[in-house]
Amino acid sequence: MTSLAPPRADRAQLIAAAALLAALTLAVSRGAVSISPAQLLAAPLDRLGLAEHAALTPAQEAVLWAIRLPRALMAVGVGGALGLAGALMQGLTRNPLADPGLLGVSSGAALGGAAATVLGGRVGALGLPVAAILGGLLTWTVVMAVARREGAAPIPTLLLCGVAVSALASSGVGLLLFMASDEQLRALTFWTLGSLSGASWGRALGVLAALGLSLAVTGRAARALNALLLGEAEAAQLGVPVEGLKLTLTVLVALLVGLSVAFSGFIGFIGLVAPPSARLLVGADQRRVLPLSALLGACLLTLADLAARTVVAPAELPVGVLTALLGAPFFLARLRAAGLGG
Amino acid sequence: MLSVRGLSLSVRGRPLVDGVSLDLKPGELLAVCGPNGAGKSTLLRLISGELTPTAGEIRLLDRPLGAWRPQALAQRRAVVPQSSPCDFPFRAWEVVRLGRTPHPPSAQDRDLAFDLLHAVGAGHLAERLLPQLSGGERQRVALARALAQLHGVSGPGLLLLDEPTAALDLQHQESVLSLLRRRCDQRGDAVLIILHDLNLAAAFADRALLMVDGRALIDAPPEHALTPALVEGAFGLAVRALRHPDTGRPLLVPARADAAAQTLTVP
Repeated sequence: MTSLAPPRADRAQLIAAAALLAALTLAVSRGAVSISPAQLLAAPLDRLGLAEHAALTPAQEAVLWAIRLPRALMAVGVGGALGLAGALMQGLTRNPLADPGLLGVSSGAALGGAAATVLGGRVGALGLPVAAILGGLLTWTVVMAVARREGAAPIPTLLLCGVAVSALASSGVGLLLFMASDEQLRALTFWTLGSLSGASWGRALGVLAALGLSLAVTGRAARALNALLLGEAEAAQLGVPVEGLKLTLTVLVALLVGLSVAFSGFIGFIGLVAPPSARLLVGADQRRVLPLSALLGACLLTLADLAARTVVAPAELPVGVLTALLGAPFFLARLRAAGLGG
Repeated sequence: MLSVRGLSLSVRGRPLVDGVSLDLKPGELLAVCGPNGAGKSTLLRLISGELTPTAGEIRLLDRPLGAWRPQALAQRRAVVPQSSPCDFPFRAWEVVRLGRTPHPPSAQDRDLAFDLLHAVGAGHLAERLLPQLSGGERQRVALARALAQLHGVSGPGLLLLDEPTAALDLQHQESVLSLLRRRCDQRGDAVLIILHDLNLAAAFADRALLMVDGRALIDAPPEHALTPALVEGAFGLAVRALRHPDTGRPLLVPARADAAAQTLTVP
C-alpha cells in the first residue's frame, strides 16, 4: 500500500527531514563555543582517530560530544515523541485539539516523576521514567473514561476533563514540593518549566528508541488507524479489533509522553501544533501523518531549544516557556476555527 | 441470509427493542419504517453487532453473529450509518478505499473507489475533502464505502443502511434506491434499510417492517404493511392511500379532510 503513495506526500516528508537535518546542524554548531559546518563534517573522523590533523579544538570536541549532540538528539526524540503522541491522541479521540499537555497526560507523568523523586528513595535511573509513564497512563485513562461518549469526545468536555485532571495532578506535585528536600526541590522545579538541560546520551537514545518503536508499531497498524478515524463503530464494522488497537495506542501515548516528561519536564503544545500542520500538508492518511507529525515535532523542539539556549545567552530560557509562547496563540486560533460547539 | 429471533434490548428496564423477529433472504430488500423513537436504529445497531442484545438471536448465513471472525464478517456485511461525524481531511476516494480495510491491500483499490463513487453519483466529489462535503454528499460517500467493503466477495452480502436518503434530494433518493434494488436483483445481496419515506419503501422494498415502541407491528409486502389503518396506528396520523399511476404500488398522503377549514383560520 505504501508504494501507492502519491509523490506529493513523500516530498513533504523529504522536505521535513531535510529541515530537521538543517535544524540539527544549526543546533550543534551554535552556542558559546561555535563550531563551523566543515568542522562538524570532520568531527566523526576526528573521533575515530582517522583525521590527519584534529579539526576541532579539545574544547570544541568536548562541547560537541558531551553536551550539544546528546541535547540536540534528545530535542529530536522528545519533539518527535510529543508530535506523534499528539497525533495518536487526536486519532483516539477523533478530536484535532487533543494534546498531551492540554489533556493532563503530561501533568500525570510529572506527578509520577515527582512521586518517584520524593518518595521513591533509591529508585535508580529507571524508576523516574517508569513512574512518569505510569502517571501518564493513569491520567489519560481517567480523561478517556470521563470525556468520551460513543467513541468520540466533544471538544469542550475533553478540554474541561483535561483541566480537572491537570489540576488534580498539579496539586499532587504541589504536595510533593512541600514535602521535598532542598535538592529534590531543585529537581522538581525543572518539571514545572520544561528544559532539555538534563540531556544525556542514555536519555536521548532512550527516547529515540521509544519513538522508533512507536513509529514501527503504528506503521504496521496504519490501515486500522485510518479506519479508526471514521469512528469506533465504523472501524469495528470494517473488521478492525478496536479494543486491542485502543489499548496499544494508549500504552504508546503513555510511553512517549512519560519518557518526554521524565527527561525534559513539561513541554507543551508540540502535540497540538505538529499533527494539524502535517494534515495540512498531506491530508488525513495516518500512514503519512504519523511520521510527518514526529518529524515536524522534532524540528519544532530542536529550533525552540536552540532559541532557548542562545537568545539570552549565557543564561537559558526554559524551552517550555517558548513552546507555550508559540503554541498558545495557535491553539486559540484553532479553538476559534473549530467553534466551541464541537 | 439473515435470521433474527426474539431480539430484545432493554436499557435500565426500558425496552428499546422488544422481541423482534425477521428473516431476510438473498436478493430481498426490507424497509424498516416507523415513527421517531420506535427503535429502528437500535434494531439496526443490534443486527450490525455494535450493540449486544439482552435477549434473542441473530444468525448470518446460518452462523450466530458472535461466532463470526470480525474480518470475515466485515467482508460479508457492510453498514451505512445515519451520519458520519469524521472531520479529518480525508479525500472522498480515500474514505471509499477505507471500505477495503477487511481485504488485502491491492493496487486496484484506488480505481475501485473512483468507480464506486461514480456509481452512487458522486464521481465529481472524488478529490474533495470530507469536511467540505454536505450531509447528502457524505451519505453517498458512505454508501460507496459500504459497496467497496462487499466488493469482490463471492456470494451475496448484507447491507444495513440507516436512513441513507435522509439528506438526499429527490433525484439522488431515486438513484440510491434503484442502485440498492439492482444489488438485490443482480447480485443477490440482502438489504435492510431504514426509511422515513413510506412511498420510497412502497416503491422499492419487497417487504416493509413497521415498528412501534420497539415492537414489529407488521412485516409484510408494502401493499399489506403500508395500509392507511396500520400507518395511522403506527404514526398517529390519518393517511389516504392512492395507487401509483405507473406501478400500481401504494402511495400514501396525509389526509386533508379539514384542509378548507385550515386555510380559513390561518391569518
